[in-house]
Amino acid sequence: MAKDLQLFPDSASIGAAGVDANYLYILGVSVFFAVGISLAILYFALRYRRKSQDEIPKPIHGSLVLELTWTIIPFLLAMSMFVGGTVVFFRNYHAPANAMEVFIVGKQWMWKIQHPNGVREINEMHVPLNRPVKLIMTTEDVIHSYFIPAFRLKRDVVPGQYTTMWFQANKVGKYHLFCAEYCGTQHSGMIGWVHVMEEADYEAWLSGSIRGETMQQAGERLFNRLGCATCHKADNTGRGPTLVDVFGKAVKLQNGTTTLADEAYIRESVLKPASKIVSGYAVEMPTFQGQISEEGLLQVISYIKSLSKSAPAGGAAASEAPAGKKGGN
Amino acid sequence: MSATLTHPVDQVPMPENQGESYLTKGKGVMSWLLTKDHKRIGLLYLMSITAMSLLGGFFAALIRLELITPGGDLLSAESYNKAFTMHGVIMVFFVLIPATPAVLGNFMLPIMIGARDLALPRINLLSWYIFIIGACFTLYSMISGGVDTGWTFYTPYSSTYANSAVITAALGAFISGFSSILTGLNFIVTVHKMRAPGLTWFRLPLFVWGNYATALVQILGTPVVAMTILLVAMERLFGFSFFNPNTGGDPILFQHMFWFYSHPAVYLMILPAMGVISELVTCFSRKRVFGYSFIALSSVAIAVFGFLVWGHHLFVSGQSVYGGMVFSVLTFIVAIPSAIKVFNWTATLYKGSISYEAPMLYAFGFFGLFLIGGLTGLFCANVAVDVHIHDTYFIVAHFHYIMVGGAIMGYLGGLHFWWPKITGRMYPETAGRISAILVFLGFNLTFFPQFLAGYLGMPRRYHAYPEEFQFWNIMSSAGATVLALGYTLPMIYFTWSLFAGKKAPANPWGAKGLEWTIPSPPPLENFETIPIVTEEAYAYAPEEDEGDEVKHHV
Ligand code: HEC
Ligand code: HEM
Ligand SMILES: [Cu+2]
Ligand SMILES: [Cu+2]
Repeated sequence: MAKDLQLFPDSASIGAAGVDANYLYILGVSVFFAVGISLAILYFALRYRRKSQDEIPKPIHGSLVLELTWTIIPFLLAMSMFVGGTVVFFRNYHAPANAMEVFIVGKQWMWKIQHPNGVREINEMHVPLNRPVKLIMTTEDVIHSYFIPAFRLKRDVVPGQYTTMWFQANKVGKYHLFCAEYCGTQHSGMIGWVHVMEEADYEAWLSGSIRGETMQQAGERLFNRLGCATCHKADNTGRGPTLVDVFGKAVKLQNGTTTLADEAYIRESVLKPASKIVSGYAVEMPTFQGQISEEGLLQVISYIKSLSKSAPAGGAAASEAPAGKKGGN
Repeated sequence: MSATLTHPVDQVPMPENQGESYLTKGKGVMSWLLTKDHKRIGLLYLMSITAMSLLGGFFAALIRLELITPGGDLLSAESYNKAFTMHGVIMVFFVLIPATPAVLGNFMLPIMIGARDLALPRINLLSWYIFIIGACFTLYSMISGGVDTGWTFYTPYSSTYANSAVITAALGAFISGFSSILTGLNFIVTVHKMRAPGLTWFRLPLFVWGNYATALVQILGTPVVAMTILLVAMERLFGFSFFNPNTGGDPILFQHMFWFYSHPAVYLMILPAMGVISELVTCFSRKRVFGYSFIALSSVAIAVFGFLVWGHHLFVSGQSVYGGMVFSVLTFIVAIPSAIKVFNWTATLYKGSISYEAPMLYAFGFFGLFLIGGLTGLFCANVAVDVHIHDTYFIVAHFHYIMVGGAIMGYLGGLHFWWPKITGRMYPETAGRISAILVFLGFNLTFFPQFLAGYLGMPRRYHAYPEEFQFWNIMSSAGATVLALGYTLPMIYFTWSLFAGKKAPANPWGAKGLEWTIPSPPPLENFETIPIVTEEAYAYAPEEDEGDEVKHHV
């Protein structure tokens, strides 16, 4: 990081330019109005300063034409800002289908990062250059917020929910990672670095850091250890439905509705099985609340995802799922 | 208003035989503590709010001292978090929200509408006691371990994780809310029922409109935050589950409920100050306000639309994209009435007769700071930009420009303006001007650098921060020193003026408005006979010059 005085933040993702463009546009309009109005006030204040104690200026009641002018013009300018911001917001919000996934779990006061191949990091996140990356994020305790200024992105992590964000880094370097939502005593210590690497360096780093299993393998192991496998058999002969080809599909529920089997749904099935019952099955599945960590859950999810051949690599659901959806009930 | 004041300054003879001044009628502490006189209650508020602002300022000083260096060296992380929480809670709930309505509104509103008191004087006294009880709870939370949740009390941190005196502090805010509700109720009833004969709605001074709009927000919004705080307390105390996801609650629900009140609450702080500014600008340019009805109705528009934009605080909290879009457009719309006001104030100066006494300098300062505050609101309303600046120092700068720059400039301007009326003494003019200029300069030096640090990415509520932000933080702390000086000066010379200030005439500024037709300080009953109003507000020019609706003009 440059030590000399910066006026503008580093920019290292393809989404950053759109944000900066909006910022500069509003800045331009603001400076224009701020300077214009200030000059008008100063000019009037000097030009019409009181010259004698008994002068009484002629009253002016107002002018409808002026009122309309200074209502409509600012309104139109404001609407143009709205449109500009919303377009960029939507673009920065919806991840492309081919994005690679990285999983983030916040906890007082650190960021735990898991890559699909099993590599884990704390407070550091390595990502390749020029490849869309989608983060699937949650927290073990309170709300935190994953903030990467150089990407102009942040997103809260909320207990009981998966939130997502995506970016495509376009400049190699080391960038700040902050927690932006106040989360307790060491909030300001919940910081780290994002490393953007050339594809080749990234691959080298990945293979150099692999220890043990991929997320999917870890998930499979958990699936067996927790006894999921006794009820959920591949050939659908267990007490529970088979989980093969479930992810990303619509599931018919007992109450007649259907729901999309996304990350949040699987999470809920494991922690609060009774809240959505698959049609044709009994309320038999025990809750695993307290027996599985947030990271473990993400591993199980990535295992269940791998059972669905048709689910795109990126996982269909998370990017589209309205993030406001309650994970709870 | 029967006396047409063409010649200002000292020209109105002190009406004789009026009742004794409210300050001398009734002696002893009890006559103050049990008073039902709106003027004395206004002064009780003045003293309590000043004390609270000193305390809030003390915490601000701690924060700025800590942030001079990037490391966390002066305070521990825990103490730092408690300091900014206390600063926020005190300043928002015990200074900014009550300041202008409870001090200036309480004192001036009945007089400005030609009434002898508020409609419900006992309730008025009760609301001060409630305020004090609320303040005591908050102070108690401070000495019984402190609170470290931030003034926003976000769940589930506040409800499940924080092990500090959350309940006491929150109850303090909860209780003080009732004092706001009662004051608001009192103002509404008073404005509806007690206007002097002839004082129609569109003859009301704009300060009354500002307080009226504020009162609407107070009684509609405050119950919601009161409920929210109660839910947090129930969750902490009895293990109910509203916001804890592990037991079926929803932490984001809290944010919706909190901001549903607290966004309108930010307007609570600015609307009455805007009312003050309208009084100052007209008086010191001796002109009726340009576009009276646009200024009046824009206050109401702000109050109403203000209830529809809370979601702009949740752009990154897991609200749907479409929610973000809707709240963004509504937020842009709510910016328009504020812009209309600024344009109309500016136009009021056109061809006026402008003088630069301290209250007017405060008004000029208000324009500068409110302009920047309002314009930076546009950055926040733009979703793409807000995703980046949310919870950074950019936001801190934005709301200080409005709430401190705007609201406190208005409050101080009003205090200078009405000080002669309230106390019967003039403050020293030169000192007043110096303080207005110091506050303006100090303020900009303190908060402007925070916009830059914020866009660079410095998150708020950080006890320690990366080195590259230090330059901006040093500027900010230096500015805070100047600002503190600017705020301290008035406390000194106001106090001094009580004893040694020049005696104030009934109408030192040559201002229009019923409050200037009675002696300074006012008699206990305000008006010997209830005045009959025959003209519009701000009729500075004699009747015959008026009436030409200047459509072509300007
Ligand atoms: C005692 C048997 C049992 C065990 C053990 C069990 N489940 Fe289930 N599971 C069920 C039954 C029965 C259902 C269908 C009824 C329902 O929706 O609750 C089900 C439903 C599900 C669903 C929804 C499937 C669909 O088609 O929509 C998922 C996902 C799931 N379980 C995952 C797990 C995981 C992961 C584990 C291990 C941590 C696990 N289950 C352990 C019995 C079990
Ligand atoms: C007029 C008086 C105004 C006041 C008193 C005010 C006050 C505030 C306060 C207190 C906050 C931050 C609260 C917190 O997070 O602790 C805030 C944030 C915000 N303000 Fe304003 N503001 C005003 C005007 C505006 C205007 C005109 C706009 C839009 C055009 C605006 C848009 C926003 C937005 C979008 C946020 C949320 C930013 C974020 O937290 O990410 N404000 N304002
Ligand atoms: Cu944090
Ligand atoms: Cu708001």
